[in-house]
Amino acid sequence: MSMLTSMVGWIDDRFPLTKVWNEHLAQYYAPKNFNFWYYFGSLAMLVLVNQILTGIFLTMNYKPDAELAFGSVEYIMRDVDWGWLIRYLHSTGASAFFIVVYLHMFRGLMYGSYKKPRELVWIFGMLIYVALMAEAFMGYLLPWGQMSYWGAQVIISLFGAIPVVGDDLALWIRGDYVISDATLNRFFAFHVIAVPLILVMLVFFHIVALHAVGSNNPDGIEIKKGPKGNRWGDKAPADGIPFHPYYSVKDIVGVGVFLIIFSAIVFWAPEFGGWFLEPDNFTPANPLKTPEHIVPLWYFTPFYAILRAVPDKFLGVVAMGAAIVVLFLLPWLDRSPVKSIRYKGLIFKSALAIFVVSFIVLGYLGTQPATPGRTMLAQFFGVLYFLFFLLMPIYSKMDKTKPVPERVTE
Amino acid sequence: MKKLISALLLLVTPVAAFASSGVHLDSADIDLNNKAAAQRGAKYFVNYCQGCHGLSYQRYERMAADLGLSKKEVMDNLVFTGAKFGQTMKNAMPKADAEKWFGTAPPDLSLIVRAKKGGADWLYTYLRSFYLDPSRPFGVNNHVFKDVGMPNVLWELQGLQIAKYRTEKDDSGHEHEVFEGFERVKPGKMSPEEFDAMVRDLTSFLAYVSEPAQLKRKSMGIWVIGFLLIFSILAYFLKKEYWKDVH
Repeated sequence: MSMLTSMVGWIDDRFPLTKVWNEHLAQYYAPKNFNFWYYFGSLAMLVLVNQILTGIFLTMNYKPDAELAFGSVEYIMRDVDWGWLIRYLHSTGASAFFIVVYLHMFRGLMYGSYKKPRELVWIFGMLIYVALMAEAFMGYLLPWGQMSYWGAQVIISLFGAIPVVGDDLALWIRGDYVISDATLNRFFAFHVIAVPLILVMLVFFHIVALHAVGSNNPDGIEIKKGPKGNRWGDKAPADGIPFHPYYSVKDIVGVGVFLIIFSAIVFWAPEFGGWFLEPDNFTPANPLKTPEHIVPLWYFTPFYAILRAVPDKFLGVVAMGAAIVVLFLLPWLDRSPVKSIRYKGLIFKSALAIFVVSFIVLGYLGTQPATPGRTMLAQFFGVLYFLFFLLMPIYSKMDKTKPVPERVTE
Repeated sequence: MKKLISALLLLVTPVAAFASSGVHLDSADIDLNNKAAAQRGAKYFVNYCQGCHGLSYQRYERMAADLGLSKKEVMDNLVFTGAKFGQTMKNAMPKADAEKWFGTAPPDLSLIVRAKKGGADWLYTYLRSFYLDPSRPFGVNNHVFKDVGMPNVLWELQGLQIAKYRTEKDDSGHEHEVFEGFERVKPGKMSPEEFDAMVRDLTSFLAYVSEPAQLKRKSMGIWVIGFLLIFSILAYFLKKEYWKDVH
């Protein structure tokens, strides 16, 4: 017996190392027909690791103090060895996280990955998304630029719209009557430890739930219910292949391509034309000077547009919250007998297309100053956004589906 | 419905959100690899700007290293504030006095090029857009930054200019004034071309100061992406090899 085998044996007697390795990698059978859209789960994990690692190094030099925060970021950019690279990896990573997660969620929408038996996979995923929004929002305050300050001011004041307890709630969140040093300190605490812990825990649950039920695929076929037996085992699903090495090597190709695009932004366009780092945030926060247009970063703008589309402030907040909550209900709104868009009919395909267009248009409108024309557009597309979900129980049932094959297609 | 359609049309027409609120910016056309230009810009900065504006994140030492200057050159020619080589390029004017004299303290310029939409183009255009306006405390206004508190410190070099407007009628018959350009009413020590070149150098220096790492960052990107390309190609063939037996 070689040294390594005996060492693994020693560990296995005390910790289920081989068992975990097999259950989640070497003997976790994933459908063999994953396509392009299946890269974004592993990429989201990669970006999460990037955010945590670069975040640790940023924390070593950042000062969560209203007097020092802005300067400490510039100190990182100028005086810390490789500080500029670490900071750009983190700031570009924030936007990349949302791009990857939005594509990952869209994959779920297309192939019905939220449907029975994967409801909890979807719910955990949605919780990750909400935690990610909190993480990004609080992280954006830390550079203590003008947009950090005023963005937080606007968003937290929304809590003030809640009847009766609103003002006290906003005060409680800020720890002051305006965004201040107290707010910066607590947001720092949430951003660097509280929310990351929750995120990592949720990602763990997301994957445990996924591996319990097995991965969906572009055909929406349950490979576990299909014939059994493949080269690796008599009981393994015939259409499954071991995640490792097949999907681990495949995902590495995705990682390479992703990193090429990511690095191009980090090294040549870290501001990304003002979309990832806004010009206004290179001016230190000034509580006495309100910027001309206060807009959140691009990944929040679809919801911001919905908020502004409603004339009443409180109802706007409710609509914005509902736009996120309604996503949680998706597994129970879809009544279609099939999972994948490949076998769904024209109605669902059109509805999904309208939804995507609405989401993108709302995202655009949220970045622009409000005018009567734009507000009307936001109302129109906001209604379409909600109709996609609210009418789903009806149209997904009416929709004429195609027969689903027994086995996955190539 | 009609209103909605027109609103939709509005959406697809090219969006000029930045242009509509601002003025036309001239292209600064700077080259950050031109160290001589940035060196001249540093000289102009310490002579004409640093009296009021600091660069509180920029160290003299870093500037010397990045722009190819020796310690002696910097200490003899560019340090007027009594600062040490390793210190930052702060200004000497007390903030309280500055507020009294100008109404607002002149901003630190370490990040000015990154903080403005339009970046270097904004700064290049701004510095050339002062015009005579007797209604203002210093007798000048700025076409890019209306009612700015700053006097035209470069007027001796540039000369004095006035802004020219013509009256136009829009579709609904309302008259409004359209900016036509500047007219030099008193020549300065420099010709217009010399002055533009000087402002370009100054802009070039401040663009460097806004992010000293950009010189390194841009050239390094090529190596990183080159490596990733090779890595991805190898990974692709590895994947192909493994997947040969999957059907």
